[in-house]
Amino acid sequence: MKLRFLIPLLAFFALVGLLFVGLSLDPRELPSPLVGKEAPDFDLPELHNPEVRFARDDMLGKPALFNVWASWCVTCRHEHPMLTELRRNGVPVYGLNYKDTRSDALRFLARYGDPYSAIGFDESGLVGIDYGVYATPETFLIDRNGMIRFKHIGMITPEIIETRILPLYRQLEAET
Amino acid sequence: MRPLHFLSAPLLLAALGLPLSAAAQSGGPTAPPSEPMTFETEEQEVRYQRLIRELRCTVCQNQNLIESNAPLANDLRRQIALMVNDGAETNEIIDYMVARYGDFVLFRPPMKGTTYLLWFGPGAMLVIGLGVLGTILWRRRTQVGSAPLSEDEEERLRRILGEGGGDKA
Repeated sequence: MKLRFLIPLLAFFALVGLLFVGLSLDPRELPSPLVGKEAPDFDLPELHNPEVRFARDDMLGKPALFNVWASWCVTCRHEHPMLTELRRNGVPVYGLNYKDTRSDALRFLARYGDPYSAIGFDESGLVGIDYGVYATPETFLIDRNGMIRFKHIGMITPEIIETRILPLYRQLEAET
Repeated sequence: MRPLHFLSAPLLLAALGLPLSAAAQSGGPTAPPSEPMTFETEEQEVRYQRLIRELRCTVCQNQNLIESNAPLANDLRRQIALMVNDGAETNEIIDYMVARYGDFVLFRPPMKGTTYLLWFGPGAMLVIGLGVLGTILWRRRTQVGSAPLSEDEEERLRRILGEGGGDKA
């Protein structure tokens, strides 16, 4: 008989548990269907020099970070030192300058430094659409064969570098 | 559809403060005038209008592509218009969007392993709820029905009935 009175209490705690999990999920963190798939192909003018092309295949051969950014994106400015830090740790960092103007982007790099090995200038945002970009900054970790192995939406923090990016990068480096 | 109905449904919804997308079938918003999309056939126009109502804007997550003013929604509308004009099938365009942004862009999620709970959860909850209600009501009915009157109560009942009969006579 006593057990019957416990049922509503248990149901209540089950509901609290459900809400606790549900409300602590970030609805902006969408699982990307691109993780585990090949990085979409592109061939763009390079940001610094429109005569030079920068294609997806230029990133292959070594695992690399591919960072989507824009000068109008405030979070990208905060994130910028993290990319410099990754570069210092030996991670090649490539950029996709998303829906920006060349002069604004170059001014941004002149002011905050340029950790990128090469930057694709995606003025129309079409390459961004192919990469499922919806909130800059977004960062992809691509292995040596061009497979996307990890995606992070929003700012890279020191914690994410330590716990996710660097360990996975070392693992990808060891892969043949 | 008579003209009166055609007018009154969106007006009523607007008055109730409901989002206009609910009235999409009977008018509703069309693409912003700043970006005129031209189509070769009316069928393409219809397909485009249907697609941008069914696909979600990933930036403003509670709006579909037609409602959103986000630059990305603008780009995606243009991309969809291009694909429609190129003769892409509706499901090709949906596949294109899902390949990039995931099932999240669909306001009608597909039925598969991870979405069974979403699709059947409400129905299952209704069945469970009705089951619990039915059980409680059934038990109560049998409890009430099986309780016999004590002798005192029988006596009181006879007296009350007797008095009632007396008044009438």
